[in-house]
Amino acid sequence: MTERRDVRIEVPVLARVEGEGALSLEVRDGRIERLQLRIYEPPRLFEKFLEGRGHEEIPDAVARICGICPVAYQMSAVAALEQAMGVGIDDWVRRMRRVFYCGEWLQSHALHIHLLAAPDFLGYDSVVEMAKGHPDLVRRGLRLQALGNDLIALFGGRSVHPVGACVGGFHHAPTVAAVAAMRTRLNDAQEDARALLDWALALPVPDSDQDFVSVALRHPQDYAMAEGCIVSDRGLDIGAEAFEAHFRELQVPHSTALHALLHDEPYMVGPLARLNLNHERLPEALRERLLAAGLRLPSRNPFHSLIARAAEIAFIVGEAARLLADYAEPPLPAAAVTPRAGMGFGATEAPRGLLWHRYEVDDAGHVRSARIVPPTSQNQARIEADLRQSLELLGLDQPDEALRLRGEQVIRSYDPCISCATHFLRLDVRRR
Amino acid sequence: MSEVSASNATAPPCKPRVAVHKFSSCDGCQLALLNAGEALLALAERVDLVHFAEAGPMDPEAEVDIAFVEGSVSTPEDRSRIVRVRSNSRFLVTLGACATAGGIQALRNFADGDGWLGAVYASPEFVSSLAQVSPIREHVHVDLELWGCPVSGRQVVSAVGSLLAGAPPAVPDERLCLECKRQQAVCVMVTRGAPCMGPVTRTGCGALCPRFERDCYGCYGPAEHSNTQALGRRFAGLGLVDEAVVRRFHFINSQAPAFLEAGQRARGHADD
Ligand code: SF4
Ligand code: SF4
Repeated sequence: MTERRDVRIEVPVLARVEGEGALSLEVRDGRIERLQLRIYEPPRLFEKFLEGRGHEEIPDAVARICGICPVAYQMSAVAALEQAMGVGIDDWVRRMRRVFYCGEWLQSHALHIHLLAAPDFLGYDSVVEMAKGHPDLVRRGLRLQALGNDLIALFGGRSVHPVGACVGGFHHAPTVAAVAAMRTRLNDAQEDARALLDWALALPVPDSDQDFVSVALRHPQDYAMAEGCIVSDRGLDIGAEAFEAHFRELQVPHSTALHALLHDEPYMVGPLARLNLNHERLPEALRERLLAAGLRLPSRNPFHSLIARAAEIAFIVGEAARLLADYAEPPLPAAAVTPRAGMGFGATEAPRGLLWHRYEVDDAGHVRSARIVPPTSQNQARIEADLRQSLELLGLDQPDEALRLRGEQVIRSYDPCISCATHFLRLDVRRR
Repeated sequence: MSEVSASNATAPPCKPRVAVHKFSSCDGCQLALLNAGEALLALAERVDLVHFAEAGPMDPEAEVDIAFVEGSVSTPEDRSRIVRVRSNSRFLVTLGACATAGGIQALRNFADGDGWLGAVYASPEFVSSLAQVSPIREHVHVDLELWGCPVSGRQVVSAVGSLLAGAPPAVPDERLCLECKRQQAVCVMVTRGAPCMGPVTRTGCGALCPRFERDCYGCYGPAEHSNTQALGRRFAGLGLVDEAVVRRFHFINSQAPAFLEAGQRARGHADD
């Protein structure tokens, strides 16, 4: 192209992401001159006000970092505090935490697919508009989301900021009758989950072939959720305690957000990274379904994140039913905690990716220092790299509106949860 | 088709217009709305949701009948934005603990904020924030405050109904203990000496914590006429040191006057 054209796109507030962020893009002479994903969530300084609080208060406090994935924050925090104080959890707690976490993945993925992402793929501005043209799709999504919420509430009383989790396990064990009712609903939901996956696999997805590093937990047998080592597809394989030796967060001059890098490179966390690294841990039938639909794993197309979410929903519904199959109330729902000084690390898979915590506690079990690295901070640099490649592939000579839509679609496919802003920055914000 | 002619008409729109604005928050109250599922879709039929960034519609400067505000004021930009939201709305309703009582981020009001910024950020000079985090009421007139962290979606949907019908919405303000008794939950303070905030906390959650065999931590904020002084003494009797009593009151709703004072009182003892 010889014609000169300057494109300047400002998306002042991104719709359909959780929290607030903005994208600015400047194109000159057919090349991207400046591309910034700006996050302007105000600093909330969470790590500082955890200091001095007792271990019993931490699950209630960290839940408030994010209303969309409070369970993830609770699960990484209790894992770290248990390690710090040498608390051992039993098999019942381990399995029920996984079910609790299934509830959050289900709720968050169903919300993401239907309310945030599907309107992009089907050409609507919002779910309210989409509901008119695709009422059955939206209803199925709401049913799955509601099931996820109710699964969280079974262990936590409510789905936003659940109150059931504690260091050592749970305050309260669900009754056998409540679990039996939930099992029936999970079995009934298999059909919805299957249909959703078929729909996702048939969706036309933009082409993209990108070279990126996937990072996720990996567990010897299970599809990783709350336990495992941190691995990458370039050979990384470390325990949570070694995170800080390999990953670093930095304040970048051109952006509003901290960027996390692995060995100084951007990397991807989240459902697609998990699927890329863990697909052989999925049940056989599900693996075959993905293969039959022509999905080659590992995938190098970030837009496959939506399929990854649908596949994880299909997995979760079966997994939660399996874990609850021979449910019995335990003698005690939590291990006893004897506070002692120590340092602990917790890494679990939030719906949108790896969530890492580190706590140092004193001999009364009070937090002396905390550090939290949320998934959105880890994906920042990768989102910007993806935006560059995706927009160039689409063609920078496309109309501004098309560039804007594709940009938003890229960002949304990472599901950046901007409210996970344990330490996002704001520089100069322009609102128009 | 009638739909088309209605949207083309120049007459004022007959559906009430509603906006949801976000300030400093975790998004949980918006999620409580998004989780309302079918009830939300039904609401979207009755009203015109003109601004709700997380759900799609985007028009932050639109004039509306009801503006819901989630989150507290924590930056200079927030301070000017809330004034604009107020002048664009007929009713302004706060959604949850952040908007109504500062929320958890207001804990930084008790600390040396700049020191904290410096500890978290490599270049704190780039971070723009106010020294104090404050609830919406400290900046503009608020027509209705909905408590809870998070609010219950049911509460929000019913508040819209009442406001639009011109009836004063009912907001519960009795103590959690009463609901706890109605639910026949076993009192965790009496049976296990747990430092429960139920005697001074507003009902609205359905007494979730006691029903889960644990103490309430006050996420619905203070009840009317809550006797925080007596509860503070009770906590001391249960073996809590003053610092721990401060932390009970200064948590999710630390800028609600009753909890703010109760915490400061206990801190006063701690400093003696
Ligand atoms: S009140 Fe609680 S749930 Fe609502 S936005 Fe604030 S922190 Fe989140
Ligand atoms: S019992 Fe107290 S802390 Fe628990 S949900 Fe209700 S108001 Fe919140």
